[in-house]
Amino acid sequence: MSDKINLKIDNIAVSINGGSTILEAARKINIRIPTLCYHEDLCVAGNCRVCVVEQSGSDRLLPACAMPVSEGMEIHTNSMKVRNARKQIVELLVSEHRADCTRCYKNGKCELQELASEYIVGENGFIDLVAHKGYTIDNFSPSIIKDDSKCIRCQRCVRTCDQLQSISALTVAHKGEHMKISSFFEKPMFEVVCTNCGQCVNRCPTGALTEKTYLDEVWSSLNSDRKHVVVQTAPAVRIALGEALGMPAGEIVTGKMVSALRRLGFSSVLDTDFTADLTIIEEGNELLHRLKKVVKDKDDSVKLPMTTSCSPGWVKFIEHAFPEYLPNVSTAKSPQQMFGALAKTFYANKIGVEPENMVSVSIMPCTAKKYEADRPEMRSSGYKDVDYVLTTRELALMIKQAGIDFASLPDDEFDSIMGESSGAAVIFGATGGVMEAALRTAYEVVTGREVPFENLEITPVRGMESIREANIKIENVLPEWDFLEGVELKTCVAHGLSNAKKIMEAVRDGKAEYHFIEIMACPGGCLGGGGQPIPTSPAIRKKRSEAIYAEDRHKPIRKSHENPEVMHLYEEFLKEPLGHVSHKLLHTHYTERNRY
Amino acid sequence: MNQIQREFHLPTIDKLKQMKKNLQRLDLIFKNEHDTETILKKTLARSNDEVINDLISSGLKGRGGAGFPTGLKWKLAAEAEAENKYVICNADEGEPGTFKDREILSSVPHKVLTGMAVCAHIIGAKQGFIYLRGEYSFLKSQLLEIIDDFHGILDECGVNFRVEIFMGSGAYICGEESALFESMEGKRGEPRNKPPFPTDCGYMNRPTVINNVETLAHTYSIMKYGPEKFKDLGVQDSRGSKVFSVSGDTPIPGIYELEFGMSLQKFVDDFGDGDSKAVQVGGASGFCVPRKRFEKTIIGYQGKLRGTSLPTGGSMMIFNSSRSMYNVLHNYLDFFVEESCGQCTPCRVGTQQLLLGIQAVKKGEQPSVYLDKLLDLAEAMRITAKCGLGQSVANSFSSIVENFREEMIY
Repeated sequence: MSDKINLKIDNIAVSINGGSTILEAARKINIRIPTLCYHEDLCVAGNCRVCVVEQSGSDRLLPACAMPVSEGMEIHTNSMKVRNARKQIVELLVSEHRADCTRCYKNGKCELQELASEYIVGENGFIDLVAHKGYTIDNFSPSIIKDDSKCIRCQRCVRTCDQLQSISALTVAHKGEHMKISSFFEKPMFEVVCTNCGQCVNRCPTGALTEKTYLDEVWSSLNSDRKHVVVQTAPAVRIALGEALGMPAGEIVTGKMVSALRRLGFSSVLDTDFTADLTIIEEGNELLHRLKKVVKDKDDSVKLPMTTSCSPGWVKFIEHAFPEYLPNVSTAKSPQQMFGALAKTFYANKIGVEPENMVSVSIMPCTAKKYEADRPEMRSSGYKDVDYVLTTRELALMIKQAGIDFASLPDDEFDSIMGESSGAAVIFGATGGVMEAALRTAYEVVTGREVPFENLEITPVRGMESIREANIKIENVLPEWDFLEGVELKTCVAHGLSNAKKIMEAVRDGKAEYHFIEIMACPGGCLGGGGQPIPTSPAIRKKRSEAIYAEDRHKPIRKSHENPEVMHLYEEFLKEPLGHVSHKLLHTHYTERNRY
Repeated sequence: MNQIQREFHLPTIDKLKQMKKNLQRLDLIFKNEHDTETILKKTLARSNDEVINDLISSGLKGRGGAGFPTGLKWKLAAEAEAENKYVICNADEGEPGTFKDREILSSVPHKVLTGMAVCAHIIGAKQGFIYLRGEYSFLKSQLLEIIDDFHGILDECGVNFRVEIFMGSGAYICGEESALFESMEGKRGEPRNKPPFPTDCGYMNRPTVINNVETLAHTYSIMKYGPEKFKDLGVQDSRGSKVFSVSGDTPIPGIYELEFGMSLQKFVDDFGDGDSKAVQVGGASGFCVPRKRFEKTIIGYQGKLRGTSLPTGGSMMIFNSSRSMYNVLHNYLDFFVEESCGQCTPCRVGTQQLLLGIQAVKKGEQPSVYLDKLLDLAEAMRITAKCGLGQSVANSFSSIVENFREEMIY
């Protein structure tokens, strides 16, 4: 199928590999064909019909996204016939969509709205169907709001949930006029097996699936004189926030983001990266502890492989799908929750603020973090450790609301303490990053030497391949780790829950033996999180990933255990990794959940 | 429901016997012949190319309505390279007003099975399925017995082929071949993108021949009597005979095998009650022909309507002057609003708009020119919908509104 096919699109000759679609051929010569159900990350559906084009000599129009090119084809993307048909289809979609645009959260960011304005869908459209259908809004989930009245049945969310995440929380129900995107037994999203990952939100072209927003709550905290509002920002926010504010993908905007947060009125602008370093210390030590128990003490009660626990989508997934492996999940809390627990204890004490007067806000690339912050376990400070979670998109909206010209902001530095971080923390935002960060620390703890990779870059765990494995031989260990001498540490990295499922099935079936597995629920890791700027695509995620690794390279400190603020925290407060205070504040437990 | 459905009489043998003598009834398919084994052996002794060429030269086209040349379909599947291939008999007869396949399966199922077996032999399939309409479950036990006997004949002839029955669940859309595959694979019955076509990538993504019940029965006649005899019947590109399900305002509703090429006038003369004002040809997804065009309309693949082929699934509904064409259309649209799979925009939303649109015009909530906007919509649906059914759901709307516009408004 790789032979070149020659065709003409709008009288422009194009040559492209066989098996390509008309849409791909058109993009190659910079002809834009509108699409709605098409998404680069998903299989072709061909069901919205917005991309229809005309082929000379053919009565019916062809869907450009689904139709393979053939030799000598003459395609017209802008004929009268195509324009008329396309306009009718847009009008039809508008007629079944609650076109209440000015009141919509996605106003200005809606793909249907864009097409409607392009094709001038005016007053003379079709009869409004929404009025006939008695829709209700599902806003029970702490993360995701589903409003069927705005759904145009493109099934991007269905394909996302099935293909990328293998969850199928969202699926098609009924037929004909009753056809809708539904959940198991049409229950609300929070009752079904949904990991809150928000990948559906990232791909919904309209306002049918959106994150639940907590902007009002945060604004009102900021406006309260009694409240001290601390904010933490996740590693993947700083490399994507710019996109939501008109900058190109891959721009590192850490300094501007800190400036903006100060301007918004946050009392302390701190960094989740700080607790990412802390996570590495706790989780790395937990791994070594488990290895010791298994390899040296032959203790059956301790489970390997150990998996990471920082992705709340992944945690909820394993609670639903592989609860028998919950003892394998690291008990270390995610950086967000470690931060929350420390903010209202250690930090509050440090700055002399009563924890009840402290509001803890986090800026996350993630919708599942909203759910995580709501978990009943996450109150180890005695208060809700993280009060409000905002996505990258919501922060961008706050910045806009405040009238801040983001691009012209000066760079600023995080507050101290809990603002310092290493390069190892930054790469948490990319798939493989936690693994790399953990290895940088664990290897050095055991051997006293740096990981044997040039410039500390553990390239085998980097990249966008869905599942990656890396084995590292541990040699010439320090005396206290002699039981690890010659052990080949087997690691695995996966991103996207459909890949997580493959890994866990392989582990369950005894087909894979690992010591340590990193899993991120979202494609590309947090940089492709459900709370990140829309749109997302492989190319955009690649740019974000490059930015993350560049940020790591430029950091003066590259290893978590060398973060001076973290060392200080241990000296002054935590005393030792996996110690009593850590156990109370930084570790958690998991809950088996239903499978349906 | 309304009057149209109440008048669907089931044809009885007695009724068929009462038919007028002058009807050009052929009785090719329904001729009870007990020579399955002979025909099978005779055909299997010939080369695959010979059998395919016979089918091609006979001019046999798919009787489900789309009219794809059957011989070519078998040829393409035979040429496809794959370890597993399948033969599927589409017995999901769901088009309103069609009930001929059930009669074929009731009275001459061995002809259908023979067609399937020969096809399997030619393309290299070991497994066949009859996708039986959910509402025809009463046929299942009887068919299973006949299939058992047939398997015995296959063993004697040395043909390694088995037929199973797969029960549909009542969705109209599953009569569309790729939706039928999806349904058999345990998924939602939704049509796939084409290409790839079934002969390359059908059931379980393997090369598959899927033929209508009647088409397979015709292959038996061609194998038995030769392509010439078949080709002698009919006109031009519409060769052979066709089984029609005649219903509506007719004194003799029933199933008739007639030669292709007769004019609708002749048909109405034979079957009408003397007061026929329109005939719906091809079921709810077909075209409504008004009296003034009876003379010029030929029943066959080369219909002159709208420059497209006249759907020939076999449903012929006759309406006399007592009928409201608004009600007829309303009934069809009710059906499609319910039975569209809902996957593609033109069909899912378009059908709802057509229905609400004629209601609004009738009630005076929309001006009569709104019908013109809907006619444009119907055309857009025809050229943009994803599957063959979606492309034809607006046919009844267009042809009824164009010919009976005043009935829509007043």
